[in-house]
Amino acid sequence: MSRNDANAKPYTERADGRSWTQTRPISARAGVIPQADGSALFTIGKSTAYAAVYGPREIHPKFLANPNTGVLRCSYNMQPFSGPGARSRSGPSRRSKEISLVTQRALEPVVDLSEFPNTVVDVFIEFIETDAGSRCAGICAAAIALADAGITMKDMVGAIAVGHVDGQTLVDLDGVEEHLGNEVADIPVAMIAATGEITLLQMDGITNTKTLLAALGEAHSCIKEIAKVQRQALLDRYSEVKQ
Amino acid sequence: MESTIHVKERDVVAPGSVLATGMDYLPSKGTYRENNQILANRLGIVQLDGKVIKTIPLSGRYLPKKDDVVIGKVTDVLLTGWRIEINSPYESVLTLKDASSDFIQRGADLTRYFEIGDWVVCQIVQVTSQNLIDVSMRGPGLRKLVGGQVKTVNAQKVPRIIGARASMLGMIKSATGANIIVGQNGRVWMSGTPANEVVALAAIALIERESHISGLTERVQSFLKEKTGKSVQPVDDSQVGNSDNLSEQHTSVIRSQIQRDPSQLGGFRSQGFRKGGFQNTNAPNSQSSENATQQNKQEDSQ
Repeated sequence: MSRNDANAKPYTERADGRSWTQTRPISARAGVIPQADGSALFTIGKSTAYAAVYGPREIHPKFLANPNTGVLRCSYNMQPFSGPGARSRSGPSRRSKEISLVTQRALEPVVDLSEFPNTVVDVFIEFIETDAGSRCAGICAAAIALADAGITMKDMVGAIAVGHVDGQTLVDLDGVEEHLGNEVADIPVAMIAATGEITLLQMDGITNTKTLLAALGEAHSCIKEIAKVQRQALLDRYSEVKQ
Repeated sequence: MESTIHVKERDVVAPGSVLATGMDYLPSKGTYRENNQILANRLGIVQLDGKVIKTIPLSGRYLPKKDDVVIGKVTDVLLTGWRIEINSPYESVLTLKDASSDFIQRGADLTRYFEIGDWVVCQIVQVTSQNLIDVSMRGPGLRKLVGGQVKTVNAQKVPRIIGARASMLGMIKSATGANIIVGQNGRVWMSGTPANEVVALAAIALIERESHISGLTERVQSFLKEKTGKSVQPVDDSQVGNSDNLSEQHTSVIRSQIQRDPSQLGGFRSQGFRKGGFQNTNAPNSQSSENATQQNKQEDSQ
């Protein structure tokens, strides 16, 4: 939510000392919620998402059932203590409903539920801390959790926010950068990791073709790295015997 | 062009992992070809069979298959049968015809046979394209489960829990002395002394946790020795359980239980008078139909 302020100081260096194309520290773990069919924890900087997958299971209400394939249903929810802003209110809202929907659409292209007609795979994404880029963190967590649940999917989906401040392209905007008074564009992107096919593209701010394409290029190289972290989280779950 | 393989047998792979490059390898279950590459499309363990690559799933819900023996719970009583929950995304139906060959009057109280909450071992007889499922109680070993306890495990680990020719299950059974039935749907029923059940449960949990790491049999063996003091060998025969996990020996135990307790209606008793059949009920000298009537009376009086 950038308010263009004519008196804003030029943003020449990132507040937390990162380079323009550097993401915040990323970590991921699979299988964090033993009761769920699949689960994951994904952290990027100060944004932390938990995802739990249940299903395929019987769908309620019944009119949502699709006799040709199983359906994916996502839910995005911030915990009330997750951040200081007015956004971090738990429960349904216009915003959380929208993000639940775009999360679902971001994941649907890789997931194959044709073996399970008339069922639903529920993905619950909860945030215990948020500092910008939460929908992207949520998508990353959900992709790991779906794979952990044994769902057939052709590739991982990774997501990252890219954008620019005063014409400078940058990746993974944090809370401070999102709210700068400068000319900011904040563009959350989700892609199928290997092919770079875009499954989510939203924008807050103003951009032009050239800077947008540059930003999307940066997004793809970030998402390839994120996919490595996602896969490693899944492999780590099975690499060692837990004592 | 040269084909290369990027993984070894038993490697764990995640969706999108590249398994092989080149056209010399063939994608099988859990993998797919994209242009020149073979990639994994689920989380699993690589299995190589010559040039064929597949992945064995590590997790995931049970997808019903015809002829699978499963452990289910009666969740509802219908007009002409029972609804059985079988730990899959789909519920199954047990019809009267598949439950018993007794003559059951229209409108009879079906809870006399199976009540809501009863556990049963049943076999899947039909799965439609929309995954509507019919199960049957007619067959060796299929019966109502009385006593013991039921635990739900990862359905993908069932082949490991049973082992090759039931060797793993045989080991647990002979070390603990508990009676164990493993349903293909990831439900395990066991009945023994409380201490033995605890050991058997722990052994099964061990298999569930570590089955993807080699040397599983040895680890289970030493675990059982440590807990029970008995050293057991993986037995490669059908004495303790065959591949469909219901041995002859076991069957005869079930048979005798059912003879003692007529309230337990299962496949066995039904089989007994299937020879006579219902069509002959009016025949005055039909031995089997007399038996059936007697047994029904016996039940009514209880």
